[in-house]
Amino acid sequence: MNAADITNPASPGNNPESNPYALNESSRARTCDTTKLPVCFDAQRFIRLNAVLAVVFLLVGGIAALLLALTRWQTVHLLPADWFYRILTLHGFNMLIFWILFFEVAILYFCCTSLINARLYSRKVAWVSFGMMAAGALMVNGIILAGKADVLLTSYLPLLAHPLFYLGIIFMAVGTLIGVFNFFATLFMARRHKTYEGSVPLVTFGATAAAIIAVVTLLHGAIVMIPTFTYSMGWTAQPDPMWYRMIWWGLGHMSQQVNVCAMVAVWYLVATLAVGAKPLNEAVCRSAFVLYILFINIASAHHLLVDPGVGATWKIWNTSYAMYLAVLASMIHGFTVPASVEVAMRTKGYIKGIFGWVANLPWRNPAFSAVVLSLVIFGFIGGITGVTLGTQQINIIAHNTLRIPGHFHATVVGGTTLAFMGLAYYVVPLIFRRDYIWRSAARIQPWIFAGGITLMSFGMSFAGSMGVARRTWDIDPAGAVYGPPAHVMLGLAGIGGSLAFIGLLLFVLLTVGTLLFGRNNTGRAMESWGEPRDIGDAASVARKTDKEEHKTPGTLVLVLIFLAVFAVYYFANWKALADVWPVR
Amino acid sequence: MSIKPPPSNWFQAPSGNERLWIGLALMWCLIMFVMMPFWHLRGQQNSTGEAYAISPRDFQAQVEQFVERNQVGSEGHDPIVEPPPGGDAYLLARMWSWYPILQLQAGETYRLHISSLDIQHGFSLLPMNMNFQIIPGYDHVLTITPQAPGEYTIVCNEFCGIDHHRMIGKIIVK
Repeated sequence: MNAADITNPASPGNNPESNPYALNESSRARTCDTTKLPVCFDAQRFIRLNAVLAVVFLLVGGIAALLLALTRWQTVHLLPADWFYRILTLHGFNMLIFWILFFEVAILYFCCTSLINARLYSRKVAWVSFGMMAAGALMVNGIILAGKADVLLTSYLPLLAHPLFYLGIIFMAVGTLIGVFNFFATLFMARRHKTYEGSVPLVTFGATAAAIIAVVTLLHGAIVMIPTFTYSMGWTAQPDPMWYRMIWWGLGHMSQQVNVCAMVAVWYLVATLAVGAKPLNEAVCRSAFVLYILFINIASAHHLLVDPGVGATWKIWNTSYAMYLAVLASMIHGFTVPASVEVAMRTKGYIKGIFGWVANLPWRNPAFSAVVLSLVIFGFIGGITGVTLGTQQINIIAHNTLRIPGHFHATVVGGTTLAFMGLAYYVVPLIFRRDYIWRSAARIQPWIFAGGITLMSFGMSFAGSMGVARRTWDIDPAGAVYGPPAHVMLGLAGIGGSLAFIGLLLFVLLTVGTLLFGRNNTGRAMESWGEPRDIGDAASVARKTDKEEHKTPGTLVLVLIFLAVFAVYYFANWKALADVWPVR
Repeated sequence: MSIKPPPSNWFQAPSGNERLWIGLALMWCLIMFVMMPFWHLRGQQNSTGEAYAISPRDFQAQVEQFVERNQVGSEGHDPIVEPPPGGDAYLLARMWSWYPILQLQAGETYRLHISSLDIQHGFSLLPMNMNFQIIPGYDHVLTITPQAPGEYTIVCNEFCGIDHHRMIGKIIVK
């Protein structure tokens, strides 16, 4: 880590009188021995609590994932039908909601305290938030396992679950909203009491964008879940199923955009921690986050593209996030993150050829490799398939097939979950203050997980192209329409899912093992994962810095390859669509 | 440094490769956007979402009437029904069957009405892999033109309970 670049964000010299809101002058904070950032004790406690619970839910969801992978693999076909749908419901909630939301609250608490030198607004509010989220998650898991809510994640009306199921979701949503409120209150107090100078750091800006989208998302959740809860109690009439779909996906799809936003913030954060990268142009990166805030909220349409009752114009405008402006944002981040790493490496002296810097990246740092893999899987697999499947007409040959989970496991698992796992390789040493055990295993963990998810995503996508439905226990009653190739693809998905589970289990074992047995690093810097050294003398580096500042030939080649792959996949799908029966 | 407040002059126009990439990405986004209205004008496969409000009971009555008037045979308990070429065809989704078996002529265009008697279902026509959402209370109308003769399978691809995987139907094209 480049200690000279990472100093305390506030300059104490500017505050002659003590500022009770500033961490660096507070007795309720410490200075990180590695990054020299201030760490708020309250925030630290809740980051720990939320992160630990997040990993618990990750393990629950992971075990569920293994059972599902081994059931859809037709040759193994492990679970009976009722337990398949029960475990599928459990898997969705634990992975997509609990693991991710608990971890995101932890990220928010970090971004609004250490990065802007502010103390957490309120311990009490944080307790209320944590308590409600935990209670909600336990309620939902309990009622699912009791067999009273076999309705899958989406719980489409008129399917009906036990009232406690909806109440649990409402608790979870409100608890998260309260945590987000604590984040905004901390930002507000920090600005008001000038704990930092100028604008918030980019990572905090990204986290703020995620928090804003989260508020809109969770409000949709409240709007759809409260009348559904009152209906399940018999107090009110049944909400319209189509209305339910539209509003539910305002919760369901948008919450995944919170993940995208938080994931991108983590990309920037880890790029800084691992190679000292800094954005080429802050205005570009921040504008891209603003595009997310403005346009990502209309993505509920992605799930309604072949629905009755909503017209083509509505579908086209909304599914494209208003002319793909949110996609533009992701494509911008997909450039700026690797470009900032490339510039950092060139500045350190790795200037050989177009890709000379790539070979010298800190590949042995699991946080860094996790983020690179996250970026590649999210972009090349998740992003390209997502935009293509979300094209209004192409959705006809994709809706509710396995192509859809094939897509979103590449975004939310290969993208978000993998990035969060990567961040944990810094969170545990820096916030829990314990160095990782069994570091050689940690170094390969992201590769195992990424490999498994990629294989699974391929298997699902190709099976889906052959018409295999998602969310179905058995494909054989349909007879000969699913031939051997579809069965082979389901087998690949099963093997990939099992491999990903091994990667996940390794992550959980390493992390829990480190919390229990890891060496305490209080009073010294964390044991480094290894970082690229400056080569060449300081003077020549300084001379090069100016010249190298905007030189990103390697990244340009990479994004042009990306664009080419994108275009081929996109138009190949139009071709496939043109071959089916005319319909309107 | 993305974890420190930026210098005060951070608001600057992009330059170099970054500007080039933003331009390329924006162009690509606009191309993808234009493709969708273009396909509505020139393409043959679109989802217009044409639908009418109807109660499950009324829809069931329409289906029964349709079967009565147009039945041409049966297979097991299921009637085989052939609508007039270019006319209206009806398909009822319920836990866990598609009713009736439709017999259509290749090259003719039909208005296919589909709705559900109970909960949500997914109309997945194989092996073409054409998929549409079926929702109770909504008469979803697909204006569809079968191409090649053969037997086609309908699979339910929206979770609809324990026997969801057994909800299989058939369309015969002559």
